[in-house]
Amino acid sequence: MFDSCADPKTLEGLSWFLCFLTSGKQLLFYRSFFIVLILLAVTAPVALAFGFGGAMAARSRIAPLSWFGKGYSAMTRGVPDIVFFLFVPIAMDQALEMIRHKIKCPEWTDPIFRGSDFVVCQQAKFPLSTSPQIYHDLYAFTLAVIAFAVVFGAFAASVIYGAMQAVPRAQMETAEAYGMTDRQAFWRIMVPQMWTYALPGLSNLWMILIKATPLLFILGIQDVVYWARENGGYKTEHFDYPHPDWRVYYFLVLLVFYLLMTKGSEVIIGRLTRNLSHGQATLAGERMRRAGR
Amino acid sequence: MKKLILSTAIVALTAGVSLAQDVVRMGTEGAYPPSNFINDKGEVDGFERELGDELCKRAELKCEWVVNEWDSIIPNLVSGNYDTIIAAMSITDERKEVIDFSEAYQPATPSVFVAKSADADIKGGVIAAQTSTIQSGYVAEQGMTLAEYATGDETIAAVRNGEADAVFADGEYLAPIVAESNGELMVVGEPVPLGGGVGIGMRKSDAELRAKFDAAITSMKDDGSLNAMIVKWFGENATTW
Repeated sequence: MFDSCADPKTLEGLSWFLCFLTSGKQLLFYRSFFIVLILLAVTAPVALAFGFGGAMAARSRIAPLSWFGKGYSAMTRGVPDIVFFLFVPIAMDQALEMIRHKIKCPEWTDPIFRGSDFVVCQQAKFPLSTSPQIYHDLYAFTLAVIAFAVVFGAFAASVIYGAMQAVPRAQMETAEAYGMTDRQAFWRIMVPQMWTYALPGLSNLWMILIKATPLLFILGIQDVVYWARENGGYKTEHFDYPHPDWRVYYFLVLLVFYLLMTKGSEVIIGRLTRNLSHGQATLAGERMRRAGR
Repeated sequence: MKKLILSTAIVALTAGVSLAQDVVRMGTEGAYPPSNFINDKGEVDGFERELGDELCKRAELKCEWVVNEWDSIIPNLVSGNYDTIIAAMSITDERKEVIDFSEAYQPATPSVFVAKSADADIKGGVIAAQTSTIQSGYVAEQGMTLAEYATGDETIAAVRNGEADAVFADGEYLAPIVAESNGELMVVGEPVPLGGGVGIGMRKSDAELRAKFDAAITSMKDDGSLNAMIVKWFGENATTW
């Protein structure tokens, strides 16, 4: 980064550290924090949408849809996360390539599964072998987001389903009495009121999601844990910046990062809870009304 | 005539396939210096990087480097995430059941025990080794107490902090670590010859690619450039062809 860093072996003390902390590998470590933040920013809304959809399906009067909603949340909640994280990306990747293979190379007669090999024609590979590495990374990241969203969506579905049930029946009856259709009553009465019941459960899920981001590492994405382990490890003279085992300091940085994330989330969730309780027929809402706020 | 059209079609097709195949994705661990590691610029570097690039040049392939954890390096090869494993992987019969190997590009090197003191108890103590390596297999076979770690680096750390009594790994991997430890670590016991040399792992269905790499490796062995490269990365005392 700096010209003075051209020959790191001659440097000492502070200037060595300055060069070390701005070396390409360290920049990748810093960048991986943004990868985690982007994952959270993308996954949370997608998982919430999955959860909302799951809860709506579970409440549906159409039996198969309701079975699907209930089955989705029951099944995903019951299977260990790690199994799902290993299964979903591999299954989706192979399914996608098989479909592409059938469309793009119909003249191939060789089997796709040969012993332990999974072989599709070159044109069916996704992303193509010829595409730059960035597309492969983006693809892996997308699969990870979907895996996270499916798993956390199932938990969210069960939380939101419970919250919808918790909205006092009298509210819905009043809506019906005013002549609202089912759809109107759902969107205008139930949904706005259910958030206050859903929030404790959802905030819990958000906290678990933050903690679960190191699972990215299992999916082969070079996240904060990978770079902390890689950069912190003992470095021989083959490296420009040899150093002893510093993993403990790197993991300390991760610890602080995750604690800060948790603290920040708590503050924001606290505010949300206050806002959502406003004017609600709940204990917290009643207390706020009495206090004249 | 029909036959002619058909065969031209097949030629055209295979030509198309080989064209598309010109990009070969090279999978490596990136955590096993000096064979392969991520350098301070964040790129794959080491003996196998230089070797792989040279082999690709000779075989007229365009190669792209991919880093993958050691643990899942074979499953991700067979499912097609990359096309080769070039990660100091020893050729063994067990691995040959799942994947094929090119001709060896590095001769089998003896594996050694490294400990903090010369009188470390190898027979009865805890031996650290990297998961799914020939060394961890050997330790388990010999009835010694095995502690497995995901990376080579963690096996060394385990010995340094006393979690394990000794580490068992490739001599070439341990040599620089022992040399730079200022006497903290030392080789103990006798070296054990293990494995059938180091080769490039490829899918069993990729015979064509294997032939290309075999030819390139042979040509490098013949003109002596492979030996020169081994000496460059592993030192004068390294085992060469």
